[in-house]
Amino acid sequence: MMSAIDFAQLCVFLVLLLGLSWPLGKHMAAVLEGRDHPLARVLGWLERGLYRVCGVDPAQEMDWKMYALAMFLFNMVGFAALYILLRAQALLPLNSVGLAGMAPDLAFNTAMSFTTNTNWQAYGGESAVSHLTQMLGLTVHNFVSAATGIAVLTALIRGLTRRETRAIGNFWADLVRSTLYILLPLAMVLSLALCWQGVPQTFAGAVNATLTESVAYEIPPSADDFKADPTLKPAPVTATEQTIMRGPIASQEAIKMLGTNGGGFFNANSAHPYENPTPLSNLLEMLAILIIPAGLCHAFGRMVNDKRQGWVLIYAMTTLFLGFIVLCWWAESQGVPQVAAITGGPFTGNMEGKELRFGILNSALFATVTTAASCGAVNAMHDSFTPLGGMVPMVLMQLGEVVFGGVGSGLYGMLVFAIIAVFVAGLMVGRTPEYLGKKIEAFETKMCSVIIMMPLFGVLMGTAWAVLTELGRGAVANPGAHGFSEILYAFSSMANNNGSAFAGLSANNALYNLLGGFVMFTSRFWLAIPVLALAGSLAGKKMVPASAGTLPTHKPLFCGLLVSVVLVVGALTFIPALALGPIVEHLQMLGR
Amino acid sequence: MIRDILHTLRPACLMLVALSLISGLAYPAMVTGMAQALFPRQANGSLVTSGGKVVGAELIGQQFSGPGMFWGRPSATSPQPYNAAASGGSNLGPTNPQRLKNVAERAEALRNTHGDGPVPQELVAASGSGLDPHISPAAAQYQLVRVARERGLDEPSVRALVAKRTEGRQLGFLGEERVNVLMLNRDLDSLAGKAQNTGKQ
Repeated sequence: MMSAIDFAQLCVFLVLLLGLSWPLGKHMAAVLEGRDHPLARVLGWLERGLYRVCGVDPAQEMDWKMYALAMFLFNMVGFAALYILLRAQALLPLNSVGLAGMAPDLAFNTAMSFTTNTNWQAYGGESAVSHLTQMLGLTVHNFVSAATGIAVLTALIRGLTRRETRAIGNFWADLVRSTLYILLPLAMVLSLALCWQGVPQTFAGAVNATLTESVAYEIPPSADDFKADPTLKPAPVTATEQTIMRGPIASQEAIKMLGTNGGGFFNANSAHPYENPTPLSNLLEMLAILIIPAGLCHAFGRMVNDKRQGWVLIYAMTTLFLGFIVLCWWAESQGVPQVAAITGGPFTGNMEGKELRFGILNSALFATVTTAASCGAVNAMHDSFTPLGGMVPMVLMQLGEVVFGGVGSGLYGMLVFAIIAVFVAGLMVGRTPEYLGKKIEAFETKMCSVIIMMPLFGVLMGTAWAVLTELGRGAVANPGAHGFSEILYAFSSMANNNGSAFAGLSANNALYNLLGGFVMFTSRFWLAIPVLALAGSLAGKKMVPASAGTLPTHKPLFCGLLVSVVLVVGALTFIPALALGPIVEHLQMLGR
Repeated sequence: MIRDILHTLRPACLMLVALSLISGLAYPAMVTGMAQALFPRQANGSLVTSGGKVVGAELIGQQFSGPGMFWGRPSATSPQPYNAAASGGSNLGPTNPQRLKNVAERAEALRNTHGDGPVPQELVAASGSGLDPHISPAAAQYQLVRVARERGLDEPSVRALVAKRTEGRQLGFLGEERVNVLMLNRDLDSLAGKAQNTGKQ
């Protein structure tokens, strides 16, 4: 039930998050502005060495097109390299259990997924990906896709602060600084903390444990064999050993959270005791997901020389966050009435798919955190949440991952909403809207519309396509409205670069792999590139001095307006689809 | 445009290689080195050994169904429960009839051996990982009389073992109170071994 101690846990989480985001924001502002900071003295040689090796001059400013080209090419080269690695892993070292290379469509989906910071996984980590791929492929992309997000955001902030110039910074410098001075040090500290709590970190492979009590089970005949001979019976087997998969987990777990990536070492992701062994590791992981996105709001405030502009975004995000966590927590505490009727006695909430050490609150909180950000790690199976409890993560993704959001991408998404909000306010009073002294004109409004529409389109069209095809419907695991929710969730996740799933969906088929891969691609780069175009256009403008008619964007009025715009855009787009999925399922559940 | 692309391709490739070496090799290798030095037990998976043999991991649950054992949570891994090479939950939705059927069957099985009272929630609901090593103190309490009876032990000594293996909320407020089933059953085995001097039952 929703007890006082649960409430205390929620408060401690929020206080730690908001408290820690302030110093981190200060540090990140220094890093992104290229100023001196303590870490530069420790790792400066590495930064300069990287520029020298790669033949890059960090002081050479780029216009938005060059910046976008560098960002896009870097990511596409990374995509190609990861694709090859996934296909060829069987031939490469550090493959302790002899895993095969991935099939082409799955490798395409996976490579796109990690390149776009989505980390949608149509495979089970422990049974499909070798240690070498985990490190040299997936961990690398966990770093660089997050750093790409920060770089694009930094360019947008420069667009807002500079005047009458074409230059919005150097992509290579932003990429390297974000990786070396923000992601890497935090990941080192977090991975050791997680290891202390019990997350393994070893290059040794699986270990076979002799079971205390042997387990008898049956292996059903394969579908092909069964087709040939329908009289085949399942073969009885007795297991006397447990094969325990290990690996370099802590290092990947840390960056998976910090980079809002979310791709698990194991199929069960952060529900697996080796990825998330204790309530403390769970708290650290939740903080790690949101700390950089929250800190970037403060960094933004500092970089535009008005800290209140960062605070107002934090307030708006926290308001939305609180509303959603309370709904999810309440729904999961209520649970499924039919289950309570069977078990009798005191009801402790919906425990299907949840881990006992986390309980209801920490599972609901993690689900809210991971989808508020574009992380997508899960510590409980969202598919088994109550209808309304499962709707919360779905809606948070559909809002465009702007409630804190992904590393970099969350804030640039929120800034786009802020521009839309001043545009709407401008329409109301009939004045040319301004944001931070920049006039918002036709080009900016068009770019913002593209940025907001692209994921909406991906979610609804992707879902529609899947629902209309045999391949799409056949992947569903649960009957009725919940089956539709599984498909809607899948495309909400991929089209917003989240990566979590209603995991009953058997998403490893050509439709989900290819269409999903395409959707992930468009909603990453067809957002990032218009954001850079927006940055370029803003950078070229004059600063307009604030007048009596200017809407102040640091006041509660603007905060309320921003929250409303985010909610209204989401509601107008998704309520019909949600009515067919979680909402009707909730009514069915109550009506039984 | 083409020239720009070719001109950018070189740093793009080099940067990827360089950052891959740093974040994909140096970083995990450094963390491994430090973790193995600072937390060797955890870094190797918190393994439990007995007579030089690995018999499990403290963090990874095992299937127990013997009458003299504490039972853990239902596990939806396949093909066998508590398959630590293929983690996962049931992913059954809240209104899926199969989920209610599973719950009803598990509740009935528990009531057959524990009487007609209310059944602890987590003993009828599959965990998220399928490897959950814990049950609540209430679920341990629920099974205590049966385990003591089957093992011919007196209830207070079993209760003492449960209390010993009960972990409180971390730092006093984080997470839930829980009992590690594998460790509790191992304690029981060694207690029984001492009492009867016959080793494991």
